[in-house]
Amino acid sequence: MTYITKPQLHHPKLAENALGYTRRDYEGSVSTLCAGCGHDSISAAIIQACYELDLPPHRIAKLSGIGCSSKTPDYFLGNSHGFNTVHGRMPSVLTGANLANRDLIYLGVSGDGDSASIGLGQFAHSIRRGVNMLYIVENNGVYGLTKGQFSATSDKGSKSKKGVINHDAGIDLVSLALQMGATFVARSFSGDKAQLVPLIKAALSHRGAAFIDCVSPCVQFNNHAGSTKSYDYVREHNEAVNRMDLIPHRDAITVDYAPGETVPVTQHDGSVLQLHKLAAHYDPSDRIGALAYLQSRQALGEIVTGLLFLDPEARDLHENLGTVSAPLNTLTERELTPGAAALAKLNASLR
Amino acid sequence: MQRTSTEGPDYFHKVVDCQWACPAHTPVPEYIRLIAEGRYTDAYMVTWKSNVFPGILGRTCDRPCEPACRRGRVEDEPVAICRLKRVAADNKGDIADRLPVPVAASNGKRVALVGAGPASLTVARDLAPLGYELTLFDGETKSGGMIRSQIPRFRLPEEVIDEEVGYITGLGMEVRLGERVGSLKALMDEGYDAVFVGSGAPRGRDLDLPGRQEAAANIHIGIDWLSNVSFEHVNSIGKRVIVLGGGNTAMDCCRTSRRLGGEDVKVIVRSGFEEMKASAWEKEDAIHEDIPILNFLVPKEFTHQDGKLTGVVFEKVRPEYDDSGRRKLVHAGEPDQHFECDDVLIAVGQENAFPWIERNIGLEFDEWGMPQVNPLTFQSTAPSVFFGGDAAFGPKNIIWAVAHGHDAAISIDKHCNGEDVAIRPAPMTTLISQKMGIHEWSYDNDPANDGRYKVPQRDKADALKDVRLEVELGFAREMAYRETQRCLNCDVQTVFAEPACIECDACVDICPTDCITFTENGDEDDLRGRLKAPATNVEQALYVSDVLPTGRVMVKDEDVCLHCGLCAERCPTGAWDMQKFLLEMTHAGGSCR
Repeated sequence: MTYITKPQLHHPKLAENALGYTRRDYEGSVSTLCAGCGHDSISAAIIQACYELDLPPHRIAKLSGIGCSSKTPDYFLGNSHGFNTVHGRMPSVLTGANLANRDLIYLGVSGDGDSASIGLGQFAHSIRRGVNMLYIVENNGVYGLTKGQFSATSDKGSKSKKGVINHDAGIDLVSLALQMGATFVARSFSGDKAQLVPLIKAALSHRGAAFIDCVSPCVQFNNHAGSTKSYDYVREHNEAVNRMDLIPHRDAITVDYAPGETVPVTQHDGSVLQLHKLAAHYDPSDRIGALAYLQSRQALGEIVTGLLFLDPEARDLHENLGTVSAPLNTLTERELTPGAAALAKLNASLR
Repeated sequence: MQRTSTEGPDYFHKVVDCQWACPAHTPVPEYIRLIAEGRYTDAYMVTWKSNVFPGILGRTCDRPCEPACRRGRVEDEPVAICRLKRVAADNKGDIADRLPVPVAASNGKRVALVGAGPASLTVARDLAPLGYELTLFDGETKSGGMIRSQIPRFRLPEEVIDEEVGYITGLGMEVRLGERVGSLKALMDEGYDAVFVGSGAPRGRDLDLPGRQEAAANIHIGIDWLSNVSFEHVNSIGKRVIVLGGGNTAMDCCRTSRRLGGEDVKVIVRSGFEEMKASAWEKEDAIHEDIPILNFLVPKEFTHQDGKLTGVVFEKVRPEYDDSGRRKLVHAGEPDQHFECDDVLIAVGQENAFPWIERNIGLEFDEWGMPQVNPLTFQSTAPSVFFGGDAAFGPKNIIWAVAHGHDAAISIDKHCNGEDVAIRPAPMTTLISQKMGIHEWSYDNDPANDGRYKVPQRDKADALKDVRLEVELGFAREMAYRETQRCLNCDVQTVFAEPACIECDACVDICPTDCITFTENGDEDDLRGRLKAPATNVEQALYVSDVLPTGRVMVKDEDVCLHCGLCAERCPTGAWDMQKFLLEMTHAGGSCR
């Protein structure tokens, strides 16, 4: 952490987005995490993505659990709604908030402890229900707050800072999300904002359960030789299957890739993902293929990153439940108490 | 781009914009920090060492440091560097025991100094402690040169001049006032080992227009008139005054007129308001004293009746720019304008005059009647004669005179010791880490968000009553402290060490002004265009690292760095460090020989 707050003075040419906000307006308070923490880079990527998407900060709700990663919502989007839940319970609070007010943009921020250990069940269920959200796990494979024990996502065979070998199998949250039916699944690396920012933008634009597993090195406890989540290891084993640009509106497509290499994918909200293939045979619309590919590369120690799966026409929880189309706080007495005639009609339908 | 070389004195010096811009290279952030700590005497001595006249310059300097100040690029206005210097002078304690001790024994060398202005006094200060026998000549009865004769007392009180000139003359030298040197040859024949000419640019330009002779009694040359006011030979002027000219002398003339009985005082200038030579703040002060500034009016004729001035006729012009952007003033097509007045002050420039220098003593002059002076050594073509201040290259200002004086003193010292004056001493530099703890620095790295504080002024009605009453009251200590907190400590450098960097991006994310980018290398133009924030100020360097393990380079745009140290605080490996770069110019003396 630092003793001073980030000075308000900014670059004189700092640009404004369509809402008249600068990137600095999407910042939060100064981070108290260790210097060099990957999580801070993810915070910066979220700030960049929200700024570029022209999102009104007061229409975003950021929810988190407990842990280093779950502290980070304090360090970005200082003018957005925030909820710091109990450990591992972010998904259910988010689900509840989403049901109550479907108009907000939901950003769940969690870590490998919060989502793969204590909150694994919550994680799985929020994904399988198709809650419209971006669920991002800042995955450092270590319990940093308690000084460096292996977490549930630590790879089998990897080495702790003290030299202990991990004998437990690691949980791969990407595979789990795919199995649970997530409709947007990506993996990225905190040290690669060029990849991460467009993924966050696409995920925020996605309707349905979007999940990003973001490898985020813990400089303090998991950035040594023998770790599989260190800056060096990830850079050496990072296999990006694609690169992506998000174009917010259909009419704005100007990027011109060579044919055959780039696949435009239109999302439900009209935004277009320009997917630039890097791995020739990888098809991000094939859930089963994605799972198989991930497993095979993981067995070789490679970390597959990029947009791994996308169902652009996904349904979300509200659609599945047939809920009212307006946020509950906008419903008036007239809609909430439709009167005796409506009750009689309902009762008659149940007889 | 190649990896930036920070070796040598220049790279980091340029980052300290104020110090780089100061002709005497005063370590500005260093004394501003001392003022912030309340160490006024220490601050004064740091300044005194570099620019010799902190109290005088703290009121009158042309402050090239301020337009250069990085703060002015980050927000609206630069730090009030000049007036902070005055705070050190106003609040210092006794400095007697910190001054050089007058040398008891002479080193056997005699140096004559012509003119007792800032250039000569600087030479005297640098040479006296080395044992030189100095003789200072001036035609006026008091020393100080233009500092005393041309700068009005309401901007610079007499005590301040006496004090700071006194520190120098007190170092032991013969001061021969009221003795105008009439012949350089005769002076040289007295056997001096060296002669320094710091006689200024003493001749005010005149305007040879119709009516000039007839109305001469009420038409005055600005600098001569100011000098007469300073020495109390003149104490009144007519009610209606026109000042011709747009420089700082014109501003002094009009403001002085307001105090000597001028009620309707105007400044009338050929050029537009923006192009006027006067500093913005001096124009502001004049306007504040109800003095209108009229532009694009070229004087044509002095009107007079019965041998008395009645006014001035002006031709209205407008600017026209040719293809190369050069301005030409052309007739505006409007009728001439006549302004009535009782007195005219002409402040349209100054010239050098060397009628006292013989042209046959081996001292060459150029086609404009200026001595041929080496711009680095200040030596003339007569090896034992040196020039400095306005006498060397025409009218500039005090701080340039001081800088010339330091350089000339080095040359004189070398010359008197039989050394090559062309070999110049390097400045003294140190680069020291300011790290005190994980997140602690030995400087205050948190820049204040405050806007520039304005120096309090005396009430206008009171100020206009007395030409010797100082208008500016100076910053009080508390306000001075707040102003110091606006300083960005640009001398505390961001130093990058490639081997330690793990490319975690922490510095990029935290930098409040988007200075840092990790990217593929390219040539400078290319890199400048694709940094996190485009680096459009080409005056400011890019600090480029070696190639890092991912094949990228670190590029830092020095332009708007706040020197807040957050990059170094957020760096997990200490690849960034904040290191104070202190540069002090080497002055004449043993260490440079």
